[in-house]
Amino acid sequence: MAQEHKLEIFRGLVKFKSNITKIWGVLVFLTVITAVEVVLGIYKAELPQIFRDAILGMKAINWIFIILTLVKAYYITWDFMHMRDETKALRRMVVWTAVFLICYLVFILLQEAGYIEGVYTNGFVKKDF
Amino acid sequence: MNTTVATTGTEGKIWGGGNQPLKASYGKMMMWFFIVSDALTFSAFLAAYGFSRFKFIDSWPIADEVFTHVPFFHGNYPMIYVAFMTFVLIMSSVTMVLAVDAGHHLNKKKVTWYMFLTVIGGVIFVSSQAWEWKTFIKGEYGAVQTKGGNILQFGEYVTENGEEKFKRVAIADFVKVGHSDRVQHESKNGIWYETEGTLPEYSVDEVYNGLVANENVFVRNQIINEDGEKTVLSRSESLKQLKANGKLVVHGANLKVNEYGSPLFADFFFFITGFHGFHVFSGVVINIIIFFNVIIGTYERRKNYEMVEKVGLYWHFVDLVWVFVFTFFYLV
Repeated sequence: MAQEHKLEIFRGLVKFKSNITKIWGVLVFLTVITAVEVVLGIYKAELPQIFRDAILGMKAINWIFIILTLVKAYYITWDFMHMRDETKALRRMVVWTAVFLICYLVFILLQEAGYIEGVYTNGFVKKDF
Repeated sequence: MNTTVATTGTEGKIWGGGNQPLKASYGKMMMWFFIVSDALTFSAFLAAYGFSRFKFIDSWPIADEVFTHVPFFHGNYPMIYVAFMTFVLIMSSVTMVLAVDAGHHLNKKKVTWYMFLTVIGGVIFVSSQAWEWKTFIKGEYGAVQTKGGNILQFGEYVTENGEEKFKRVAIADFVKVGHSDRVQHESKNGIWYETEGTLPEYSVDEVYNGLVANENVFVRNQIINEDGEKTVLSRSESLKQLKANGKLVVHGANLKVNEYGSPLFADFFFFITGFHGFHVFSGVVINIIIFFNVIIGTYERRKNYEMVEKVGLYWHFVDLVWVFVFTFFYLV
């Protein structure tokens, strides 16, 4: 049962000759991203101020980490789990269900946590004892 | 007797049955749906972690100061070991997908080898995590917990390459051990059915006396200042804070106390990495079962290696979850 594989990544920018070379290519890409994350993580404290400025309630550097993570998740799902080769219907069923529910969950919990933090900080609640 | 089967005139049409709109086998599809539900479980854990962290955003432990150890090496190497673990897991994902690919070509020998390497990768990862837990539970410097549940840590200023830096000092290095009448209660003395947990190595008074005697030592609390570092108190404030609020000497971390900061950090660390580690463990067990099935030729006879593909999906999912755990526990 030789299966058909789509052998392009980066929207056709990189094309591989066989499924095996594609796997190694994706590994190289994931390793590079992980290395970037680790280096940024180690030198987090010495980065210029712009990385520490808050965007949408979070430091820029943390947004970078989260975006890199999502990129990694995309390539693991699409190329290692072969989501790229599944039908559109299966792909949408799996991905959008998870994406919508997780977004809702994360939003509601972080929103409420921010509120509680505000009560602790501004609501005359003593913490330093 | 061809009247038992009615001809509906829809044969070969979309609703005529026999269609496979998803072009996936039952087993594979169910594995995907299981993965979706498991992904929701893990995201609930991570979101709960985010909840606690945003609640205590001004005093949450800094991961780079907590996970700094590498086995067989002394010194301060934040991130290195966990980066190694991440790489091992990604690598075992690669051998897994190579096994799946070899399965498509019905190449038994290659599938066997790649499954074997995948199992080895999983075992290395789980043992690394066990080591990480051990180090975290054992602790390093020790700290004092206050009445309010905050953590006071100790350190001194040292000049390194012309720069003044705050370096942590272990409690054992400056404490003044005095004579104490407090002995551990055992069930053989007094009330026989009552025992108590292990007493802390030092009492708060002993730490206080040590702090008085060592003028170079300062107290650091958990509040994060504008530079993203924990606040170091002045000498007089250090003494005052320890005397007024110090309650318990803690060393290491467990579900109740945590020398690195908020106990919630330790709770979530144990819970989330534990749950993930359990997934890796069960993944290794399932991989071993499939490995032996490959060896005895079950799939060779079936002329179909889809079972390898299904456990492969699970294994990649475990890797996927680790990518997120890595980000939210160690990076952000």
